[in-house]
Amino acid sequence: MTSNWFINAAYFAVTLVFILGLKAMSSPVTARKGIVLAGFAMVAATVVTFFMPGLHNVGLMVMAIVLGGGVAWWSGKVVKMTDMPQMVAVYNGMGGGAAACIAAIELVRGVEHTAMVSTLLVLGAIIGSVAFSGSCVAFAKLQGLMNKTIRLPQQNNINFFLTLLTFGLGLTIGYSDAPSLFEITLFFILALALGVVLVIPIGGADMPVVISLLNAFTGLAVGFKGFVLANPALIVAGIVVGASGMLLTQLMAKAMNRPIRNIIFSPITGEAAASDGSEVQGSMRELSATDAASLMRYGNKVIIIPGYGMAVAGAQHKVWEMAQLLEEGGVEVVFAIHPVAGRMPGHMNVLLAEAGVPYDKIFDLEEINADFPQADVALVIGANDVVNPVARTDKSSPIYGMPILNADMAQNVIVVKRGKGAGYSGIENALFYKDNCRMLYGSAQAAIADVIAQVKTMEV
Amino acid sequence: MDGFTALYIFMLAAFTGYEVISRVPVILHTPLMSGSNFIHGVVLIGAMASLGHADPDEPLQLLIGFLAVFLGAANAAGGYIVTERMLAMFKTGNRKQGGAQ
Repeated sequence: MTSNWFINAAYFAVTLVFILGLKAMSSPVTARKGIVLAGFAMVAATVVTFFMPGLHNVGLMVMAIVLGGGVAWWSGKVVKMTDMPQMVAVYNGMGGGAAACIAAIELVRGVEHTAMVSTLLVLGAIIGSVAFSGSCVAFAKLQGLMNKTIRLPQQNNINFFLTLLTFGLGLTIGYSDAPSLFEITLFFILALALGVVLVIPIGGADMPVVISLLNAFTGLAVGFKGFVLANPALIVAGIVVGASGMLLTQLMAKAMNRPIRNIIFSPITGEAAASDGSEVQGSMRELSATDAASLMRYGNKVIIIPGYGMAVAGAQHKVWEMAQLLEEGGVEVVFAIHPVAGRMPGHMNVLLAEAGVPYDKIFDLEEINADFPQADVALVIGANDVVNPVARTDKSSPIYGMPILNADMAQNVIVVKRGKGAGYSGIENALFYKDNCRMLYGSAQAAIADVIAQVKTMEV
Repeated sequence: MDGFTALYIFMLAAFTGYEVISRVPVILHTPLMSGSNFIHGVVLIGAMASLGHADPDEPLQLLIGFLAVFLGAANAAGGYIVTERMLAMFKTGNRKQGGAQ
């Protein structure tokens, strides 16, 4: 049939463009072109699908596309850059939900499939549901709606039995001729619950890795749905995303020195952190904005270490203003970015780019760590765990072994911090108690504004 | 599609995904995650096919189908706009300005 041939050819082209787009997105020079290209392909795929023979419910379909697409487009347009990670989680969860819904329709309709397709149908349903509910929990945590990490007693056993139960029921339904509505509902409730219990004990610091993992899950679920619907575009796009998502997850986990296994099965918990804090000796010492300003103004090299705290305070523009002011006075100012600064690898680069900081002032951990001893000041703004020296020294610490920025090796360390609380992971920071470290209390925005005012008086 | 063909496709697609992004720099991790999140939004066309073949007289099928298309469209649209916004920032990130100020 010609219309079928036309659709298949279009799907083939679309899949090719997706892969090329993804390839382009992995290089800074072509990244923008990549997403635009993939965007056109998506529109083409959607339009072509309307020509599928024997398509019913077209009115309802258009309504769903306009509503879903519209709401997401608008929310994506207005969301602040700092809140990007949770939006990615939400959209990812929606994709997983869509894959789970496709499976639900197939089950409710009682379509007959081969054993292989039935298995993939059930697997896709479980993975999609887990991605959906897991992403919802991830969103709630990053959005601050759910601050506590809840660890159930016997967590690993619960996970294990729930997984077993879900797969067992799923396969029973998948292979039976006419599963009852009750069984199907129960199956999806179990699968959704599985996503919740998997993500709920995971601490905030590990969240980016989890989102990336759930992203890979959704890709897989979509790929499996492709086998069910006999749609190669879905298969290839889904599996490609699944595989690249797995690789990305590994890269992120490696940057944090936290094997994926540890993140899922032994998350950083509050109790471990609390036992840690008592060992830190000494006290934190404060310094004034004036002192901070003169230390930097009359130094030769300042390394700024921005963290999520800076982004939340919206202080990146002020920080860049200060950096430019210092540079005018002949001070060398560079930015050091930890791989997991912000909420995801690369997030901080996005935020600094937004403030107009040029690339060549931004350095990775490996590039900058040897320079700290030559720096007069390491200015830590809203970062905490990524500069905690216990990661190098204290084997009992949950973050032991994580690569950190060696801020403590600078001549002077100034930490801009809102209060005396511990970091995102709840671990006490030994850096703050060091002899060469001074605290500049206040919100990043206000504190840096004070420093700028002081630096200006010194230039006259 | 028979089982082995499916397995071959799975294998090749998996290697493609792995290879395509294997040399991505850290600064692009987040945009790339977001971009791949957009690409699995292609689930939308599967959802459309599902809703399109649902029985118009079965409200439950229509409801789930509607939900599938709604979620798929949101995944695609949201994933696109968020990725585009992130990458647009890199483009205007005055790379040429340089450090000689």
